[in-house]
Amino acid sequence: MTPEEQKAFEDKIYAFKGRKVCEATPAKDPVNATMIRHWAEAMGDTNPAYTNTEWAEKSARGKTIAPPAMLYVWNQQGITAASERASNAQSELVQLFNDYGFTGVLGTNVKQEYFKEAAPGDQVFMEMVIDNISERKNTARGAGYFHETVATFSNQSGEKLGTQSFRVLKFIPQDQPAAAAADDARLEVPTRIPSPRGHDNGWWWEAVDKGKVMIQRCSNCQTLRHPPRPMCGECQSMEWDSVESKLDGEVLSHTELHHPKIPGYQYPLVCAVIKLGEGTNIVSNVVGCEPSDVHIGMRVKGKVEQVDEKNMLPQFYPA
Amino acid sequence: MVANIKDKAVIAGVANTKFSKDSGVSELSLAAQAIKGACDDAGIHPSEIDGMATFTMDTNDEIEVARALGCGGLTFWGRSHYGGGAATGSLHQAVMAVSTGMAECVAVFRALNGRSGHRFSSGVSGAITTADAIHWGWYMPYGLLTPASWVAMFTQRWMKLTGISKDAFYEVAHATREYAVNNPNAAFYGRSFDRAEYDAARKIADPLQLFDCCQETDGGSAIIVTTPERARDMKKPGVAVRGIAQASAPDQEQMTSFYREEFAAIPEMEIAAKNVYEMSGLTPDDVDAAVIYDAFSPIVLWQIEAWNFCGFGESGDFVLDGALRPGGRLPCNTHGGQLSEAYIHGVNGIVEATRLVRGESLNQPKKNIEHALVTSGVGIPTGGAILGKLD
Ligand SMILES: [Zn+2]
Repeated sequence: MTPEEQKAFEDKIYAFKGRKVCEATPAKDPVNATMIRHWAEAMGDTNPAYTNTEWAEKSARGKTIAPPAMLYVWNQQGITAASERASNAQSELVQLFNDYGFTGVLGTNVKQEYFKEAAPGDQVFMEMVIDNISERKNTARGAGYFHETVATFSNQSGEKLGTQSFRVLKFIPQDQPAAAAADDARLEVPTRIPSPRGHDNGWWWEAVDKGKVMIQRCSNCQTLRHPPRPMCGECQSMEWDSVESKLDGEVLSHTELHHPKIPGYQYPLVCAVIKLGEGTNIVSNVVGCEPSDVHIGMRVKGKVEQVDEKNMLPQFYPA
Repeated sequence: MVANIKDKAVIAGVANTKFSKDSGVSELSLAAQAIKGACDDAGIHPSEIDGMATFTMDTNDEIEVARALGCGGLTFWGRSHYGGGAATGSLHQAVMAVSTGMAECVAVFRALNGRSGHRFSSGVSGAITTADAIHWGWYMPYGLLTPASWVAMFTQRWMKLTGISKDAFYEVAHATREYAVNNPNAAFYGRSFDRAEYDAARKIADPLQLFDCCQETDGGSAIIVTTPERARDMKKPGVAVRGIAQASAPDQEQMTSFYREEFAAIPEMEIAAKNVYEMSGLTPDDVDAAVIYDAFSPIVLWQIEAWNFCGFGESGDFVLDGALRPGGRLPCNTHGGQLSEAYIHGVNGIVEATRLVRGESLNQPKKNIEHALVTSGVGIPTGGAILGKLD
C-alpha cells in the first residue's frame, strides 16, 4: 500500500468509528434456569446462588441469579447466525478489512463490567457500537488494526446490567513459523527464565538444583570468586574447587521491580545485591517481608527453594 | 600515556532521520537516510565515503548500507561493542581510521527500529544461547532483566552513599525536557511536565519512575568523519575531535558490575575522562557545554562527577544550581537528550555536540561554545570525546 492508498483506506475504516452495530435488541429467550445450569456445569461453577433454588430462597436475594459472566450469552444468535445474519456496520467493516488483505482475525481482549444482576425471567436487551479503531500497528502477527466494539446490556425495565468491550486485531497474515511456535509455548504456564548452563556455570546451577549455593575457590591461592570463571584473576591458576555458602548475608543495594511485569515472575518482586558472610557478592531476591522494609545494611538469611515448576533458586529472608 | 590523535580527525557532517514510534521502514532505510543527510550537511556525495563505523548491535551490514547509498568500495569498517557504550566508541573507530590514513571519509551511523522492532525495555531473555547469556543468567532468574532494573540497583546504593535525592533526578529530567519542548524532532516537542506529574508517573524499578527513563525510538543518526585538510574544503565549519577514549575498568560486567569493592561507581568513565583530558590538553573548565549519555536521569549525575565538573557526591548541588539549563555552567543535552528527544544509542548526542560547537543547536546557549563534551553509556565499557572548533 502506498502512503496515499493507506490514507484512503484509513479514511474509509475510521468512518466506522461510533457507528451502531445494532439498536437495543431483545434476546431470543428470557434468562432461564436451564441455560444457567448448562453454563455452570460447563464452567465447573458450583456456586449455589446460580443453580440451587432451595439455597437461594434462603439467601439475601431470595432467588437464583444468572452468573454475571453470562451477560453476553443471552443475545447470541445461535445456529441461525451462519445463515440469517443481516449485514450490519460490523460485518461491513470486517468485509472492508478483508477486501484490503487484512484477512487475519485475532480476538485480543474482552472486558466486562457489571452494574446489576439478571435473574430467571428477565429479558436482556443488547445494543452495540463500534467504539474505536486504532492506528496501523506492526504486531508479531503482521501489520493490522485493532477495532473495538462495545455492547451495552439492559433489562426489560431499561436498567443497565453491564457492558462488554471486545477488541479484535484484523491483520495481514504472514508466514511466521517462529511466531506460531512461540504461541504454542505460551500455552504452558510461564516460569522464571532459567540461566543457560555452560562449561563455566553449569556446575553451580546443578548444585542449586540440589539445594546448595557454592562459591568457587582457587585451589592455588584460595581466593573465592563469584560468578564462576575459568581462571583465577589473582594467580591465573585454572585449578579450583568450591565451598558451600552458609547464606548469611547483608543487603548492599536493592530495587523493587514494577514495570514491565514479566510473565512467570510473582510481584511484588525485590532484587538485591547481597554480600555473603564468606565475602563474595550475589544477586538474588529478598522475600518474606514488605518490599518497603528492605534496606541497605539489612541482615538476611538465604535458602534454596523451588520457586516454580522449573526453577530452584536461592531466596533471602530477613535474618 | 594515551596515543595522541588530537585534531587529526574532524566531523564534517551530521544528521538525524525523523524520529518516531513506528518508522514504517527498515533499519537499513534509516541508516541510508541518516548517512545521506550527513553527506548533504557536509556537501559531499556518498561515493566519497570509504569507511564505516557502527555498533556491534546495529543490524545493518556496512556493505548493504554502501550499496543502498551508492558508496562504491570501502577500505575500512569497524564496530564497537557494549550497547550505548559504543556511542563515542563508533566515533573512536572512525577517528582511528582517519588519523592513521586507513580511510579518508568515514560514516559513523546507528539506525534502529527501537520502538516498533526489538524494544530494550522488554529485557534480555533466555532464548539466546551465547556466552553473553551465561552472564545474564546470574540475573534473569531473579527478575533483574531490564536496563532500568540494573541501573536502579546502582542508583539506590549511590543515593545512600551520597545523600543525593530525587530532587536532583527531577532537575536532570526536567531541564532536559525543557530543551526538547523547542525541538520539533523530539518525542516530547511542546510537552513539558511539572514536579507533580514527575512524582505521579508510573514506577519502573525503585527509585526510577517513568520520567527518569529514556525513550524507545525508531530512527537513525550519522556523522561524517574526515581529515582536517578535506574538512576545510567542505560546506560547514569542521568540528575537530580534540580528545577521545574508550575504557573498561577492573571487574567490569555489562550493566551488572556488582562485585567490585564499591559498586556504586563508574571507574570506567573516570578512566575515559582522564584520558580524554590528557589527549586534548583541556580541563573541565574548558568544557562549555555537554551531551551526557542519559538513558536514565541519575546516570547524568554520576558522569558529571566522573568528568570532574564537581567532586564525588556534589553533582546534586551542581545541577540544582541550574548548571544544565540554558544560562548555566554546563548547558547539557540541549537537543532534549535521550530522555526527551530520542534514543539513538547516544549517536544523536554526537550530532548535537557537533551542532553546539558549530553554533547550530536549536537551543544554542548565548555564550561561545569552544568545546563540547559527549559521552557514551554508563555501567558498561564506555568512553567519551571532547569536540572543538577546527582551527
Ligand atoms: Zn588463585
